[in-house]
Amino acid sequence: MIAELGHYALVLALGLALVQASVPMLGARKNDPVLMRVGSPTAIAQFAFVAIAFAALIACYVRSDFSVINVFENSHSAKPLIYKITGVWGNHEGSMLLWVFILALFGALVAAFGRNLPDRLKARVLGVQAWIAVAFELFILLTSNPFLRIPDAPVEGRDLNPILQDPGLAIHPPLLYLGYVGLSISFSFALAALIEGRIDAAWARWVRPWTLLAWMFLTLGIAMGSYWAYYTLGWGGWWFWDPVENASFMPWLAATALLHSALVMEKRDALKVWTILLAILAFSLSLIGTFLVRSGVLTSVHAFASDPMRGVFILAILVLFIGGALVLFALRAPLLKQGGLFAPVSREGALVLNNLFLVCACGTVFVGTLYPLALEALTGEKISVGAPFFNGTFGPLFVPILIAVPFGPLLAWKRGDLLGAAQRLTGAAAIAAITIAVVFAVSPGGPVLAPFAMGLALFVMAGALTEIIERTGMLKVPLATAFARAKGLPRSTWGGMLAHFGLGIAVLGIIGETQWSAERLGELKPGQSISIRQYDLTLEGTSTRPGPNYRELAARFDVRRNGSWIGVMEPAKRDFPSRGTATTETALMRRGLSQLYVSLGELKPDGSVGVRIYYKPLVLLIWLGPVAMAMGGALSLSDRRLRVGAPKPARSKTALVPAE
Amino acid sequence: MTRRQRRLTLIGGALGTVALAVGLVLFALKDSIVFFNSPTDLVEKHIAPGQRMRVGGLVKEGSLSRGDNLAVHFALTDGSSEVTVAYRGQLPDLFREGQGAVAEGALDISGTFQADTILAKHDERYMPKEVADALKKQGHWQGDDQNKDAGAPRGTVQ
Repeated sequence: MIAELGHYALVLALGLALVQASVPMLGARKNDPVLMRVGSPTAIAQFAFVAIAFAALIACYVRSDFSVINVFENSHSAKPLIYKITGVWGNHEGSMLLWVFILALFGALVAAFGRNLPDRLKARVLGVQAWIAVAFELFILLTSNPFLRIPDAPVEGRDLNPILQDPGLAIHPPLLYLGYVGLSISFSFALAALIEGRIDAAWARWVRPWTLLAWMFLTLGIAMGSYWAYYTLGWGGWWFWDPVENASFMPWLAATALLHSALVMEKRDALKVWTILLAILAFSLSLIGTFLVRSGVLTSVHAFASDPMRGVFILAILVLFIGGALVLFALRAPLLKQGGLFAPVSREGALVLNNLFLVCACGTVFVGTLYPLALEALTGEKISVGAPFFNGTFGPLFVPILIAVPFGPLLAWKRGDLLGAAQRLTGAAAIAAITIAVVFAVSPGGPVLAPFAMGLALFVMAGALTEIIERTGMLKVPLATAFARAKGLPRSTWGGMLAHFGLGIAVLGIIGETQWSAERLGELKPGQSISIRQYDLTLEGTSTRPGPNYRELAARFDVRRNGSWIGVMEPAKRDFPSRGTATTETALMRRGLSQLYVSLGELKPDGSVGVRIYYKPLVLLIWLGPVAMAMGGALSLSDRRLRVGAPKPARSKTALVPAE
Repeated sequence: MTRRQRRLTLIGGALGTVALAVGLVLFALKDSIVFFNSPTDLVEKHIAPGQRMRVGGLVKEGSLSRGDNLAVHFALTDGSSEVTVAYRGQLPDLFREGQGAVAEGALDISGTFQADTILAKHDERYMPKEVADALKKQGHWQGDDQNKDAGAPRGTVQ
């Protein structure tokens, strides 16, 4: 009954989405306020019905209703409650429902909080949002219905892939989807502006908070996924340039570029056409990501769906939306009035540089991800493009961005003073130089580029602080004055600073982990030890113990640092009888910002176990960096100027109200 | 700077960056892509030792042997030909005899494939696509039907 209710709710949501996709659009065209106002309530109602459908599916999982195929295939009555719930999005059908749920959520948020949007723009934004919803709701109902029943209900389910039974995976997909489905709003705004044929600085002001919100979640989602892969897969890697990771990383790069170009548009009324194009591209990359992951075209960790019908359907959605958006762009963009030009050395110039490099970096990732697919489709030849390709292309393109990051905020709008900015960055450069020297001195004979990379990371971090120091005059005026000025700085300034600082943190972690980590493989019998850096790990023994839906072989290691005992690590291997599969549970021990990492291999008949041990210096910074970036985004979002629906400050009133 | 100069600087910078990116991509594509072969391809194409590639197939039943210090040997087969793979390290959780696996590395002079990475089938329903294709080509593909069978729920459950 619950499943049928969910199915029915989804059909009703589709009906509402059809209304939302047509009536407000028509209203905007005829300039009929009554029709336009249909948009908001339908968007909210559509969300409510999708939410009912989603809740119904969750209920089926919680009640272990194995008469529903989706539940039977992906759940098990012995599974802990939390994984019953998260199992909902651990499979194709459920994760598509989550996708649509978040799509409808964003539509409802615009309807509820976009009160200060002009009626016509709002009607069109909600209309475009509903087009996407119609496409994906049809996709679910026609090809991926999670509510289908089995005639003879089995008594037990087949369980969720054990590798997905993990707290990290519980929150990774929702975060990621909030990110890249959230970009649909920027897309809808872009299309609405193109249909309207008119765009101004206020448009950027409305779009930016939504993009920022999506970007924050995308940042956190990617970081969470990376950390999950790191501790789950058992071989210490945190980024594999796997197509599925790239699928989420490309929209991130495009969204980052979009945030920066929208800044130029908002402040200087320039780069309009480019910003619109970026908004289209960012969500197009999300759609491509959805296609890559959900159609099963990939040979990859995440591709669990493999039904050609689905692939063709998503491909059709892809062509329709990306193609349609780009055609509309080509037709309408020339009508948009171009903004003013600016000197190459200026804040705008720096942001353009940022955009160029981000988009090019995104392009190289795109080529590396899709080239093998294209080659196989065209010639039948199978290749894999791995980490060396991405490191060799993405790396060199990212270095100029990192060098430029501290300069951007120090340059003035319109016409900047590069020499002046460089002078103000002397302190940051000095810190970088000292870092390089120290790293060289501490680890002689190490990789040659590593010290410079560390210096660059410190330069980015110190550069971010320089902006605040400069703007508060901290080193020149009395502390109280500086403090007062710091309090007066807009939150978006602090947010930008924190995000740039976070970027530096992440780079620091990446360099530390990739250049200085140590790995040991070994086979140990109880009593034997293995050492890595200053740490000695002694195998105390192994034991087996039962879990709720698995059996676990755990090994116990005593860890000593330079001879003194510091703790115990217990890596394990879990066997899931319901699926006949095993997972590796790594043991992690935090040492400052670094980690010791132990994963367990085979247990041999003679009682010895294979182990893989890593020492990962600064590894935690890889994920703390993105957290800082997302916090920066949140801080910026809380800025009064950007707050969705906040009353407009009096002085910029004229700039905010579009000329009707 | 005149308007014209400004515009030229912008366009020049953009073209320069794009050219840099294209150059990097072409350069990296030449050096860092890895081709996939089936064991039959290895026989037919006479691939030179030392060339980096991937080989995929089913792990032959009874071929897995473990040596000291995490050394393992096993044979990958596509039904017609097979190749011996040598690897040192931990095998993935899902590595089993009779299941699909992909090895990355190079052939040595004796014809043994020295692998530095082993990728295994990721869950019970999922077979690396290259392996499935290679098996289909050799006419040994039954996986799909078996999977369909296993996937189609029956009234009774073990």
